[in-house]
Amino acid sequence: MNAHRFRWWTALAVLTLALAALTAAGCGDDDDDDGGGGGGGDESQALQKLGKGEGEVNLVAWAGYVEDGSTDPNADWVTGFEKETGCQVNVKIGNTSDEMVTLMRTGKYDGVSASGDATLRLVAGGDVDPVNTDLIPNYKDVFPALKDQPHNTVDGVPYGVPHGRGANLLMYNKDVVKEAPDSWDVVWGGAESEPYAGKVTAYDNPIYIADAALFLRETNPDLGIENVYELDDKQFDAVVDLLRQQREVIGEYWSDYTKEISAFTSGDSVVGTTWQVITNLVQADKKAPPVEAILPREGSTGWSDTWMISSEAEHPNCMYMWMNHIVSPEANAAVAEWYGEAPANQKSCEMTDNEDHCEIYHADDEEYFDQVEYWTTPTKDCGDDRGDACKDYSEWVKAWTEIKG
Amino acid sequence: MDASAASHRKPAGRGLAGFLYRRRRLRLSLLLAGPVGWLVIAYLGSLAVLFIAAFWQLDDFSGEIVQDPGFQNFKELIETPVYRSIVGRTVLIAALVTLTDAILAFPIAFYMAKVASPRARGLLVVAVLMPLWASYLVKVYTWRIMLQNDGVVNWLLDPLGIDGPGFGNVATWLVFSYLWLPFMVLPIYAGLERIPNSMLDASGDLGGHPWITFRRVVFPLALPAVVAGSIFTFSLTLGDYIAPTLVSSTQFIGNVVYSNVGVANNLPLAAAFATVPVLIMLVYLLIARRMGAFEEL
Repeated sequence: MNAHRFRWWTALAVLTLALAALTAAGCGDDDDDDGGGGGGGDESQALQKLGKGEGEVNLVAWAGYVEDGSTDPNADWVTGFEKETGCQVNVKIGNTSDEMVTLMRTGKYDGVSASGDATLRLVAGGDVDPVNTDLIPNYKDVFPALKDQPHNTVDGVPYGVPHGRGANLLMYNKDVVKEAPDSWDVVWGGAESEPYAGKVTAYDNPIYIADAALFLRETNPDLGIENVYELDDKQFDAVVDLLRQQREVIGEYWSDYTKEISAFTSGDSVVGTTWQVITNLVQADKKAPPVEAILPREGSTGWSDTWMISSEAEHPNCMYMWMNHIVSPEANAAVAEWYGEAPANQKSCEMTDNEDHCEIYHADDEEYFDQVEYWTTPTKDCGDDRGDACKDYSEWVKAWTEIKG
Repeated sequence: MDASAASHRKPAGRGLAGFLYRRRRLRLSLLLAGPVGWLVIAYLGSLAVLFIAAFWQLDDFSGEIVQDPGFQNFKELIETPVYRSIVGRTVLIAALVTLTDAILAFPIAFYMAKVASPRARGLLVVAVLMPLWASYLVKVYTWRIMLQNDGVVNWLLDPLGIDGPGFGNVATWLVFSYLWLPFMVLPIYAGLERIPNSMLDASGDLGGHPWITFRRVVFPLALPAVVAGSIFTFSLTLGDYIAPTLVSSTQFIGNVVYSNVGVANNLPLAAAFATVPVLIMLVYLLIARRMGAFEEL
């Protein structure tokens, strides 16, 4: 009996090993093929002529960017597009920029609403194609300040259509933070944040490291920080030290915006970084304490999103139609108002339900956005005479794990 | 013999039945092909891929995976202090949760197995199983609401002049202890039920106090069941990463794996870190087997 059993186990073990070897070899082949395909992206060209719609389009988007009325009957800028063009819209929600990059690399999607910390990674990886803006009539109405930006244009070639932008703000609970702050110093663990120890919140993502760099740019000029996304060893160490100091006063980090809403409503967080849409939702809740959001005097980080088309898009015509639709005055106004951000199309400002929307979100206030450092991907190349001395994104990720401990 | 059998005219199905009847080995192999195939290909196969991926590395420049085997991921895990402390924290909280659940579950299980009337026993089994019917997320969010600043825990502790634990390691420990308690109660209950009452009587007849009876009769006999239950509580805590993000900002092994897959796109490092709990559980299971826990499962 024992001998019998033994043989079974041996057979199983041999099978497992054989299988493991097979899969390893198999994966190797697959990836080599993929590598070749990705390399082909270099020669890729923008679409020259718009053809007929392919009947559907698969998008990766931020929550709230592609609404067909199923979340809220009042939020619907998709159904009309589907009827008009015959392109059925399928959307996959990406929760973080990193998730979006991973999804786009599968090659199963036609386009993505990428923030600046994803766009360059997608371009560098050959995952997206340049965009022929002549095929997008609404492109001409996009705010000039959003066009030809480093996060959406490479070597003068546009890689997408701007969607909208916003800043990461400082939100505080007026019951607890009696004196209105005008600086980020209340969140960084120094003397100013001492009264709120254990109630400070911060955005749980490696890109938040840039917020610390932004603060040090003002308070520690000796470091010589110019671009908060291009940090060399010395600057990076100082920034990480500041984040470690902040860790001591953090109550909890947030990455899911509903978690931040609940933390401010219950009083678990009283001061920290926020998005305008979060502030609006807390202010709308009658049971929540009074909150206010400001752009501190040091300026802030922010995002400027871009619709990009996959280099492996199966439905390029529908994707072009979608990019034209989402920056049309009506749709762009609807999405900007629903999400809580500044629209990309100048004409949208006349179309919003709340006539002051563009004013509240500083849509045409370039002075305001001059203080905002849009998210972008940190790379080894500093982009100046320091050369390849900067910390790339994978080091930011590692540092973030270490800061959280 | 075979040749003459084949010359008879028989319906095809019967021929096949006869064919299989004579070949015991083949019959058994065909019967087991499905389940064993599933076990080997889908289950062990994915583990094998995970293990192999742990030896690959990430190209610094393009962020693509390079299939160039080496130990650098494991080296990084061992040499980076934060990874060591995350493993330490995860194991420590898993051990604390296991201990807490064992202490809480033993009296409940003993009452169910030896004291309660059949009716009360039925009700208690339902009561222990009931939380398993509710969604995991609902339970964790409920704890979040109870532990938050204006939650019921702070409200209860306020008259005593103490603050609640808030969100942190203590909250994680509380939530896990609550979540996995049924997985400890049920094996102990089954183990205790198997101890004949006559043994307890015999111990009493021989002059053993209840405490001596517990210490020298009940506990040694029930220990394998406790160890069996601890396999569940320990491994479930070890692998979880959702509760820690909801009730604290602390990182478990699972959180680092998740952020390396999603945020950093560093699959090899994630795979290497994911083998750590597998190794811990292998050691744990070997010890548990020595203590006879497998007979209690």
